[in-house]
Amino acid sequence: MSSRRTTPIPVGILAAVGVAFLAIPLVGLLLRTPWSRLPELLSSPVALQALRLSLVCSLSATVIAVAIGVPVAWVLARSAVPGTTFVRALVTLPLVLPPVVGGVALLLAFGRRGLIGQFLYDWFGVQLPFSTAGVIMAEAFVAMPFLVITVEGALRSADPRFDEAAATLGASQWTVLRRVTMPLIAPALLAGTVLAWARALGEFGATITFAGNLPGVTQTMPLAVYAALDGDRDAAIALSLVLLIASLAVLLLLRDRYLRSAPS
Amino acid sequence: MSLASQLRVTRDSFTLDLDLDVPDGEVVGLLGPNGSGKSTALRCLAGLSPLAQGRVQIGDTIVEDASRSTYLPPERRSVGYVFQDYLLFPHMSVADNVAFGLRARGVDKRTARSRAGEWLERLDIADLADRKPRQLSGGQAQRAALARALVTVPDLLLLDEPLAALDAATRASVRALMRSHLADFGGAVVLVTHDPIDAMVLADRVVVLEDGRAVQSGSPADVAQRPASNYVAQLVGVNIVRGDALEGAVSLTQGGSVHVADRRISGPVIVAIRPEAISVHRKQPEGSARNAWPGRVTSIESRGDVVRIEVASEPPLAAIVTPGAVASLGLHEGASVWLSVKATDLDAYPT
Repeated sequence: MSSRRTTPIPVGILAAVGVAFLAIPLVGLLLRTPWSRLPELLSSPVALQALRLSLVCSLSATVIAVAIGVPVAWVLARSAVPGTTFVRALVTLPLVLPPVVGGVALLLAFGRRGLIGQFLYDWFGVQLPFSTAGVIMAEAFVAMPFLVITVEGALRSADPRFDEAAATLGASQWTVLRRVTMPLIAPALLAGTVLAWARALGEFGATITFAGNLPGVTQTMPLAVYAALDGDRDAAIALSLVLLIASLAVLLLLRDRYLRSAPS
Repeated sequence: MSLASQLRVTRDSFTLDLDLDVPDGEVVGLLGPNGSGKSTALRCLAGLSPLAQGRVQIGDTIVEDASRSTYLPPERRSVGYVFQDYLLFPHMSVADNVAFGLRARGVDKRTARSRAGEWLERLDIADLADRKPRQLSGGQAQRAALARALVTVPDLLLLDEPLAALDAATRASVRALMRSHLADFGGAVVLVTHDPIDAMVLADRVVVLEDGRAVQSGSPADVAQRPASNYVAQLVGVNIVRGDALEGAVSLTQGGSVHVADRRISGPVIVAIRPEAISVHRKQPEGSARNAWPGRVTSIESRGDVVRIEVASEPPLAAIVTPGAVASLGLHEGASVWLSVKATDLDAYPT
């Protein structure tokens, strides 16, 4: 039955082009990396600031996404409230929305003259745009949908009868959630969290639109890469390398989800 | 009375309408075909499905009364529930599964673990305490599920097809084990099954449920000997025919007639004809048998060391004969035979 295994020539050629298209830029990045200058480049004040800011903001955004995204996923998956289709469309939208549009929308809502932002500023003197908090918001905005859809899918496929069994054993709804439902979807929760973190770490469009590009305040690594490209190209490459390694780590962590050839 | 309930549920075209009272210490077997409402009844008792009408009282507590909008959720009912596929929590060890009910009810960790340990001991699975459910065989998982349901000492124990997921060999041993534990358990037990042997062995009383209604209730022996419906008759392997009795003659609803020994019974009756009591002949029998019918063999089926043959006679009947009889009579599908049975071997009872 070898005939089934041979690849038609046009498909083979196009597939090779496809792989090359995806691989060559990454190989180029590795080839052009100034390995000997790497420690020096990555320990420059701008790079360190960007690294630290990226870490703080992406982790904070992930925490926020988990804290409010899991309840959203639960409501979408398990509750019978009307309009869930609409809500699902709404929370999935940032997934496909151009990030810069998200940034503009955030600005219109939370900017100093924005829908909510004007009250925040007038009453509390809080100004979100062009602040580190703004970066976290922008990142959470684009990252949360990844968590919501991953966790919702898991909650949907998890057998709700385990929850019923727990209830017959005397567990309150909260105990059921804490000790049965969530542990059962732990792998998906982890995957969603890691995905959301990776998305937050790489966030560029919404961040630069809503929070600007201020070194030490809002300039995360992707923004620093973009800024460095104009001047110190080696610094841009070094920071890119760090992001590439982070992405590889994420892929490795989620290998069961994405690197398996067929579901077992 | 440890369980007193009137269950009324309507869902699409299905209606459950069942009154079920179970005193402490009694095991009631709810026997019925798929879709008869057995599982729905259990879910209602546990509070997993709400009642449309009716009430449920467990112990001294009215846990649900539809007319007064009283409804206690499952976690506030004193109920143990063993699910058909056990539903042991896959992320917890066996010991943690068993301790779960105690922990959920606020028992501290150390006490919960030691009491769970006692139950594992009682069910002879103490050596499996640290295993995960996926590492258990069907019989072991069944014991763990039973321990988990019993550890909180509920007033009412619900068993949903507790033996259905087991292979035949395990079934027999678990059934015996279960029987002894049900005897020790002091509360009311409702056991749902579609297996007559489970019901006969485990239950003190059998309630037959069909299309959401109880069609028969009685001791297992009574239900087995005098089935009130075709479903039960088929389950227990007894022929039943319906008809009108008058002075020992029963004219059958489906045509034909039979003679019974009981001359006093009259009116609509069911006549039970045990397949073992039927004699099979190739020619019209002579002698004392009052009931004899010609017919054609439609199926011959080996059942261990006996053979069950089905005969299209009037009424259609199943008979059980020895393999030797099959050979000496030269029986085969399509063979024409005579069936006979003595009037004293027929049991007529009112419908």
